[in-house]
Amino acid sequence: MPERPEHPAALLALSGVRKSFGAVQALVDGRLELRAGEVHALVGENGAGKSTLVKVLAGVHAPDEGVVALDGEPVFFGGPADARAAGIAVIYQEPTLFPDLSVAENIFMGRQPLRSLRRIDSAAMRERTSELFARLGVRLDPDRPARGLSIADQQLVEIAKAISFDARVLVMDEPTAALSGVEVERLFAVVRSLREAGAAVLFISHRFDEVFALCQRVTVMRDGRWVSTDPTEDLTVGLVVRRMVGREVSQLFPKQETTAGDAVLRVRDLTRVGVFEKVSFDVRAGEIVALAGLVGAGRSEVVRAVFGVDRYDSGEVAVAGERLPRGRPSAAMAAGVALVPEDRRQQGLVMELSIERNATLTRRWSLSRLGLLGPRAEREDAHTWTGRLRVKAGHLADPVSTLSGGNQQKVVLAKWLSTTRRC
Amino acid sequence: MVRKRLGSWDVLVIVVLAVVVVVSSAAVEGFASSRFWGFLLLDVIPIALIALPMTLVIITGEIDLSVASVLGLSSAVMGQLWTAGVPLPLILPLILVFGMVLGAVNGLFVTGFGLPSLAVTIGTLALYRGLAYVVLGDKAVADFPPTWTGNMIEALPGTTVPWMAATVAGLAIVFGIVLHATPVGRALYAMGNNEQAATFSGISVARTKFWLFVLTATVAALAGFFWTMRYASARADNGAGLELSVVAAVLLGGVSIFGGRGSLLGVIAGVLLLITLRNALQLADVPADTLTIVTGTLLIISVVGPNSAAMLRSRLRRRRPATTPAAGG
Repeated sequence: MPERPEHPAALLALSGVRKSFGAVQALVDGRLELRAGEVHALVGENGAGKSTLVKVLAGVHAPDEGVVALDGEPVFFGGPADARAAGIAVIYQEPTLFPDLSVAENIFMGRQPLRSLRRIDSAAMRERTSELFARLGVRLDPDRPARGLSIADQQLVEIAKAISFDARVLVMDEPTAALSGVEVERLFAVVRSLREAGAAVLFISHRFDEVFALCQRVTVMRDGRWVSTDPTEDLTVGLVVRRMVGREVSQLFPKQETTAGDAVLRVRDLTRVGVFEKVSFDVRAGEIVALAGLVGAGRSEVVRAVFGVDRYDSGEVAVAGERLPRGRPSAAMAAGVALVPEDRRQQGLVMELSIERNATLTRRWSLSRLGLLGPRAEREDAHTWTGRLRVKAGHLADPVSTLSGGNQQKVVLAKWLSTTRRC
Repeated sequence: MVRKRLGSWDVLVIVVLAVVVVVSSAAVEGFASSRFWGFLLLDVIPIALIALPMTLVIITGEIDLSVASVLGLSSAVMGQLWTAGVPLPLILPLILVFGMVLGAVNGLFVTGFGLPSLAVTIGTLALYRGLAYVVLGDKAVADFPPTWTGNMIEALPGTTVPWMAATVAGLAIVFGIVLHATPVGRALYAMGNNEQAATFSGISVARTKFWLFVLTATVAALAGFFWTMRYASARADNGAGLELSVVAAVLLGGVSIFGGRGSLLGVIAGVLLLITLRNALQLADVPADTLTIVTGTLLIISVVGPNSAAMLRSRLRRRRPATTPAAGG
């Protein structure tokens, strides 16, 4: 059964943390308790508040309410530097190293060991970097430039940097998303050795096999609230998923029997030099096709080229037998293609504009009469679609940024579902 | 339709404008005369005219600083054409086409080569003004027929509204409709707020911006025609420095310099406020230096005002919960 996160042995504890952005409540009741020597999983759907919680931990966001306690003492982080000084290090999904500096220089950026006359002591820096790598059990040349390191190696450099700060709490935000199987194993070995050395690791992942293989306890979040914290051995994947979603998952995706028809979207030998090469696939009427690959494999890039947001060098894209011109999203839309992009904030919505303007942005011309677009046409149409998708919104004229993440995503869907002819 | 987020700054500008008019009517001799208002309208015309397309440009997050130079170069070319014997009814369309070409150059550099419009139009600001001197030198062409110069300034029958002002008012209505009640207007706000999301929604950002630069320079060329007719004089230095007044008026009208926010009504109020204040001060014998100081101060207020208001609001929001004791645990 869920226990209260008020264990005396807690190294780091968050309780009752609340954080709003405008009208959006990103965190309503954030709780977390990390003990020394454990790997702790934080799971939840997108928009559950995981990243906001991490940013509170990292000192990026100041909580509106609630307490962050380190060794049982309430602390206040004025910024990321405070959190780092307190021994909290965050390793992001895709680290940002200085590409032209050496690995050692990256690790000691801003606090290089000095010799007389404030000259940088490169020898000491190199030696200390080698020590760090030895502790982690990884083989990396301290002198090589960061440019060209794989994402896995870049993460190891970040971890080495965190240890050099004597970090006691390591937060890893979806570290495995961009890694291959071997790299994941190596990362796990490093994480286990950190845990044995007494560090607390917060591990955020969407992959349950990793959560169950690596973590001792699991905290589930939903809609900005803490749901439960349990030892891993008391949990099953089904139980965790149920708590994440708040209901039985089988209801969510009713299996539908369909027969696939003719190929509607045909992609042939699509190539963008240096990004993707000779990509070919068909999508037939009545089927869902998955495009799989690691982060950085070029999935989004292919889709962007198909839709026309990016150009491509050779190959062709055809919809229902008609070839699409390159680099023209409006032509793709006219042919009946819709793209729900990966990044809602940057690509899906214009955050400052109202819900109704966003929902109707793709159909400005079809909603207009004699070239004029009145607020009534937009309002009525947006009303229909937000109703169909059950968007929880106060007023359609409010900025879309006031909605919760899930409801924002529904507006993105509305914007595109409304353009398709088969709805 | 009244929303508190939009419109609050526009309303403030309109209120300040009303206050300036009322105070000046009482305090400044001659302010209330129809003759003064006729002159004031003529002063408003070039700034209001160029402010219309400038509003659209700034709402998309770009800027065009070359407008006054386009005005001057158009005026110079107009003088040469007139000297060469081209009749005025033919000069007007030629000048407009010429303006389109100048705008296409700006548009090409900004959208074709992806350069920042601030840098590009500072360049063409100097380039076009320089060309104006190449075309006409220091001389002035001033022998335009009084029927034309008079017609442009003379009032519509039965009113004190000059012809040019009526044209500008008509264009203002068209621009207002385009910006606030057409698919194109929606696209402008979308790309000004988030260019990437606009692209993902099928909006041709580059093409739209290109045509905006063409439109802006065409309108600036029309302003050059009006300017030349009003002063009955084609000169290379016509309208020098006008771009700053235009940008000041647009920003004063509540358009965000970062793009994505503003209304045409606010801009019209901004133009009127700027010019009314300036002319009222002039009428009250305030020296020219002080006028420049007033314009500059207004510009800074209009940039700082809306932003600091937003900043203050978010500060208050941040601070409010911190003062209440942390609840629960």
